[in-house]
Amino acid sequence: MADKHKHVDEVSGVETTGHEWDGIRELNNPMPRWWVYSFYATIIWAIGYAVAYPSWPMLTEATKGVLGYSSRAEVSAELANAKAAQAGNLERIAASTVEDIMADPELRQFAIAAGASVFKVNCAQCHGSGAAGGKGFPNLNDDEWLWGGKPEEIYQTIAHGVRHQGDGETRVSEMPAFADMLAPEELRATAAYVVSLTGTPSNPALVEPGKQLFADNCASCHGADAKGSREFGAPNLADAIWLKGEGEQAIVDQMRSPKHGVMPAWLQRIGDPVVKELAVFVHSLGGGE
Amino acid sequence: MSILDKHALLERNATLLLVGSLLVVSIGGIVEIAPLFYLENTIEKVEGMRPYSPLELAGRDIYIREGCYVCHSQMIRPFRDEVERYGHYSLAAESMYDHPFQWGSKRTGPDLARVGDRYSNEWHVQHMIEPRSVVPESVMPSYAFLKETPLEVKNVAMNLKANRAVGVPYTDEMIDNAAADLKAQADPNADSSGVEARYPKAKLGDFDGDPQRLTEMDALVAYLQMLGTLVDFSTYDDTTGYR
Repeated sequence: MADKHKHVDEVSGVETTGHEWDGIRELNNPMPRWWVYSFYATIIWAIGYAVAYPSWPMLTEATKGVLGYSSRAEVSAELANAKAAQAGNLERIAASTVEDIMADPELRQFAIAAGASVFKVNCAQCHGSGAAGGKGFPNLNDDEWLWGGKPEEIYQTIAHGVRHQGDGETRVSEMPAFADMLAPEELRATAAYVVSLTGTPSNPALVEPGKQLFADNCASCHGADAKGSREFGAPNLADAIWLKGEGEQAIVDQMRSPKHGVMPAWLQRIGDPVVKELAVFVHSLGGGE
Repeated sequence: MSILDKHALLERNATLLLVGSLLVVSIGGIVEIAPLFYLENTIEKVEGMRPYSPLELAGRDIYIREGCYVCHSQMIRPFRDEVERYGHYSLAAESMYDHPFQWGSKRTGPDLARVGDRYSNEWHVQHMIEPRSVVPESVMPSYAFLKETPLEVKNVAMNLKANRAVGVPYTDEMIDNAAADLKAQADPNADSSGVEARYPKAKLGDFDGDPQRLTEMDALVAYLQMLGTLVDFSTYDDTTGYR
């Protein structure tokens, strides 16, 4: 069949493929040499690759390859190396209490550096990259603490979170909703009193009745002096730091149907030594007690 | 006449060419795809995976509808930088009930494979309404309308049935209770013991900050808060899955 189609183009002297369409023929030029040799090289490379790396599927698993490469084993080894490079500091942190870490300047410095990097990955989304927080998310730089600013208290909060579903040791408290318990004018009076502690209320006449309402309804958690109670995570209302918003309306809203912040528990996710590092870092931000 | 010259026969006979192409493609397919169904390390068993609850499934549908996968992957690759940032690398089994899977191929935003339990519901809602209020450098669009849109799933049970048809092991009990479970999971006042029993580790309660209404935000946040939290890694041995 081939021979009878053999045809050499007269102009170029090149053999054609033998196909003809309306008198048009196709030259059968060979592929460039460099291309052909590159093609052969890729075939040889593929054979080498198949021998060296996991490739052919067999009955229960793929061939492992003579190099024994595994991407998962490699990442485990890399993580182990990174830990080893921390020169035993991780083991020392795991074996120490947060207080001990703080007492050892070298270990403290290591924990702060490590904690700062973990903070950027896990905490900055809520508390901000500078730990200054935002509405609903506490500022960690000041010395106002809902649940305590001692190193072990910070550790407890990070490890088990606040109102985190699925952690038995999480910090829990719930401010009751006063929408049904207090009349709207009573709510406004209470808010006026709370504002009067740090500023000027819009209607000073409301402060006096508000003081009594506060003593009856709020003082059990926020304290008679409104300085809060860390036992219940009840914020200090006698300073000008407002987690849920500033002003009388924000206070009325919070009393009417309170918003409760939730912080995830981190112990299971990042492990005890890392929580310790974070606790030391957060403590070092300025407000630590 | 060498065998190479026979190709003229294929080139001149369309049906034969089609049959021949099918044969070649099938061989390629069998070699590449078939082993994935029987090789032990691609079907590794892990503890904790379960079918998605009706609310999570509805949230997943919203995730797909809004094209979240265009900017977010759900696939933590086995590299040190990813493992240290996002957590344990993703396992094949973690997307076993995904039809289709949401691995994605582009990360304009971060990977979401283990975003569950990482932030509070309140954070998710605030972030969805105005991403820059919590992450100033974010380029994510606002999805505030989700909180205003009531969740409407036309036939919850059919959703589960369709998934069962492609291999997700929903039981008859799950399908019978689907519509009730959808509502109960996001209602803090409902009896959610059934949801808990059928879907262990499901997050319960109001998600969008408004317990009175069941919105698309509820569904999406319920889905996000579940992502990556199902597998029990305390019973998973890394070394058995090396490849």
